[in-house]
Amino acid sequence: MLTLQCPYCGVDAEETELHAEGEAHLKRFGPGSSDDEFETYLFMRENPKGVHFERWRHSNGCGKFFHAARSTTTLEVFGTYSAQTYEPPQDIKDKISAKYPGWSWRDFS
Amino acid sequence: MSNAVSALEKTSFEGFAKVSETGLRGMITLRGDLSSKPVKDAVIASTGAEVPDVRRMSRGSIGDVAWMSPDELLIVCDYRAANEVVTTLLAALDGAHALAVNVSDARAVFRIEGDGAREVLAKVAPVDLSTEGFQPDDFRRTRIAQVAAAFWMNSDDSFEVVCFRSVAQYVFDVLKVSAQEGGEVGFL
Ligand SMILES: [Zn+2]
Repeated sequence: MLTLQCPYCGVDAEETELHAEGEAHLKRFGPGSSDDEFETYLFMRENPKGVHFERWRHSNGCGKFFHAARSTTTLEVFGTYSAQTYEPPQDIKDKISAKYPGWSWRDFS
Repeated sequence: MSNAVSALEKTSFEGFAKVSETGLRGMITLRGDLSSKPVKDAVIASTGAEVPDVRRMSRGSIGDVAWMSPDELLIVCDYRAANEVVTTLLAALDGAHALAVNVSDARAVFRIEGDGAREVLAKVAPVDLSTEGFQPDDFRRTRIAQVAAAFWMNSDDSFEVVCFRSVAQYVFDVLKVSAQEGGEVGFL
């Protein structure tokens, strides 16, 4: 069972208290964008074997959205962090680098 | 004036712990910046209690205040006092960016008491209910079986559970099954 620490209330929440909310750090393309940008925003997602960044929501808890960095193969959790950010914090990136040197995910590495 | 009644009108069940619906309870949702002075002052002015720490409940002469999320508190008070608490809150907030609503009639409250109280909850909520993990005035939003709920522990070691009124019967039934004689686990 996946356990993620909610960065807002500090609870080590197990999966049944959480709701998966898709890929992290998506940039929205709305009115005024091209059809290609809009299509990419709506449908194109990363599906990596390994390091991945996701959004989760502490739905049966404080109700807040947050980010999680984890491995889709080992289920190791590198850390959770605030939703109010455009990229993963350096300490989490360092932790991933220690385990998977040379990793990259979209624009992050 | 209509005659307000609680969801299950104080139904109770005696197993290895006692589960009872507590009757009408005043409940107010307050949202705002919990670290701001206007919100802190308004909470004290309306309840007599301080803004609680994360996942804690603070006690006041008029109402108790529970930490719901980084920007939300739940004020628990006497049912008939709720509207007045909201009035005092709004007056004290004096236009500060915040929201206070009387949600008493949208909720139900259950009390679980007796030696097995911890176990009754531990079986139906994914929460550490060991004596080290959960203490009086600790407060937790979580789920009870399949529905959202919140609970806290009182100084007499009883627990009180809050859920939506629409699922009151479900929560009572779940707690009842969990408290049945013969269902003791004896671990906590
Ligand atoms: Zn949380």
